[in-house]
Amino acid sequence: MEFLIISTIKIVLVLLVVLTVVANLVFAERRISAFIQNRIGPNRVGPWGLLQAPADVLKLFIKEEIVPAKANKFVHTLAPIISISVALVTIAVVPFGNTIMLFGREIKLMVADVNVGILYILALTSLGVYGVTLSGWSSNNKYSLLGGLRSSAQLISYELSMGLSVVGVIMIAGTLELDRIVEMQSGLAWNAFLTPIGFITFVVASFAETNRLPFDLPEAEPELVGGYHTEYSGMKFGAFFLAEYSNMITSSALIVTLFLGGWQFPFLDTFGLSAMWVSIIQVLAFITKVGMMLFFYMWIRWTIPRFRYDQLMNLGWKVMLPLALANLVVTAIGVKLFT
Amino acid sequence: MPTNGETARQVRIKDLTLWQRTYIPEIVKGMVLTFKQILRPKFTRQYPEERWNPPSSFRGRPVLVEEEGVERCVACGLCARVCPALAIEVQGSETDLEKERYPIKFEINMLRCIFCGFCEEACPEEAIVMSDEYELVFTDPEKAIYGKDRLLMSADRLRPRLEFLRRAR
Repeated sequence: MEFLIISTIKIVLVLLVVLTVVANLVFAERRISAFIQNRIGPNRVGPWGLLQAPADVLKLFIKEEIVPAKANKFVHTLAPIISISVALVTIAVVPFGNTIMLFGREIKLMVADVNVGILYILALTSLGVYGVTLSGWSSNNKYSLLGGLRSSAQLISYELSMGLSVVGVIMIAGTLELDRIVEMQSGLAWNAFLTPIGFITFVVASFAETNRLPFDLPEAEPELVGGYHTEYSGMKFGAFFLAEYSNMITSSALIVTLFLGGWQFPFLDTFGLSAMWVSIIQVLAFITKVGMMLFFYMWIRWTIPRFRYDQLMNLGWKVMLPLALANLVVTAIGVKLFT
Repeated sequence: MPTNGETARQVRIKDLTLWQRTYIPEIVKGMVLTFKQILRPKFTRQYPEERWNPPSSFRGRPVLVEEEGVERCVACGLCARVCPALAIEVQGSETDLEKERYPIKFEINMLRCIFCGFCEEACPEEAIVMSDEYELVFTDPEKAIYGKDRLLMSADRLRPRLEFLRRAR
């Protein structure tokens, strides 16, 4: 019973935070892209434009929803549901703080303490592609279909190097539990410094996994008229939008957890603070790191142009995969020598 | 690699150095560039608050010059004749004033006007000139036909344009 209550509170809290952040991420992205292009961006709705996000959400809710006459209605509706649920469920295993004592109870600051956290995430993110592929197929539109196909091809090519670069981390940590992996990275022993190549391959692969530029081929606007979500409108389209941005949050959180020390604040225990402050700083450290990763995502988007399809495949199979494999070997040798 | 001030030229993959071919340093360079853009001043004009004042050579909506409460126009009809869009309609009548003739009706259909400024050039009296107003809003095609009430504008207000015309002609 107690477990249920605590879990429910955690779920509601995390879901609320993620959904709010997603809405505001869209706003942040518009603002940052504007700054990079020497523009100002949306600044009319509310102070500094901060109410733009609620306005956008409201607009999506009251929009007319159009389903193409020849679409497969069931799959057409199912696809955004898959996308959004997978995107939101993945965040559950990411620890956003150390275990804290609250009202005399030990509470782990993660929604679900799964002992195979990494496997859970890898499995679910691969499921997410079904949303994209099915939406492309069910729309009965050639551009959507192409977008869906590209998405699945892209996923297969990058999932491999993503998995392999995670293996390096697992070898160093010796566990699949995400909070254990974070605990291993105390001080500045971040995995990003221990396996820099694995870090780079993982980051690139997560860009490809989340369909963000420079790998946003499934929704390449100039080529595919919006790609897999061409035939979606209203809140179904909003669901895809939500899924894309919550995927961004999830993968940012994952990059932070696996490679950038998670909630670890370097040398925090040397400051001699009380336990309460330590927990607060740790959670804040995690949030800051994720925020910086999210900014990095947007920054990259407005810096690097989209890859051509053959370039994408070349990079995936001829560069990323050998690199991830080489990293695996080097890491194995390193682990053998230093432990 | 094209850098600031240098025009873009084609670079082949085989010409790249090994350093450039590793990709990452070049991406970092690009990211430094885009980050610098964030800190630079913005070009955007915050329009309704921050207006643009056109130079005197700007051709805004055509207006009739009004001096001492009377328009300069003598209703010769040259503007209507020269107007390529057939936007102007003039009906003259007689008056006791020195100019003897005046337009009893002068209408410009602002939906037809193309802001070419031919009327201004053709006018022998410098009575119709292009003003500096560029905000034209109407909710009804009928309201787009500007009569004398909306076309008259005092010569003081049009001084920069009149001086420009004197210089340019």
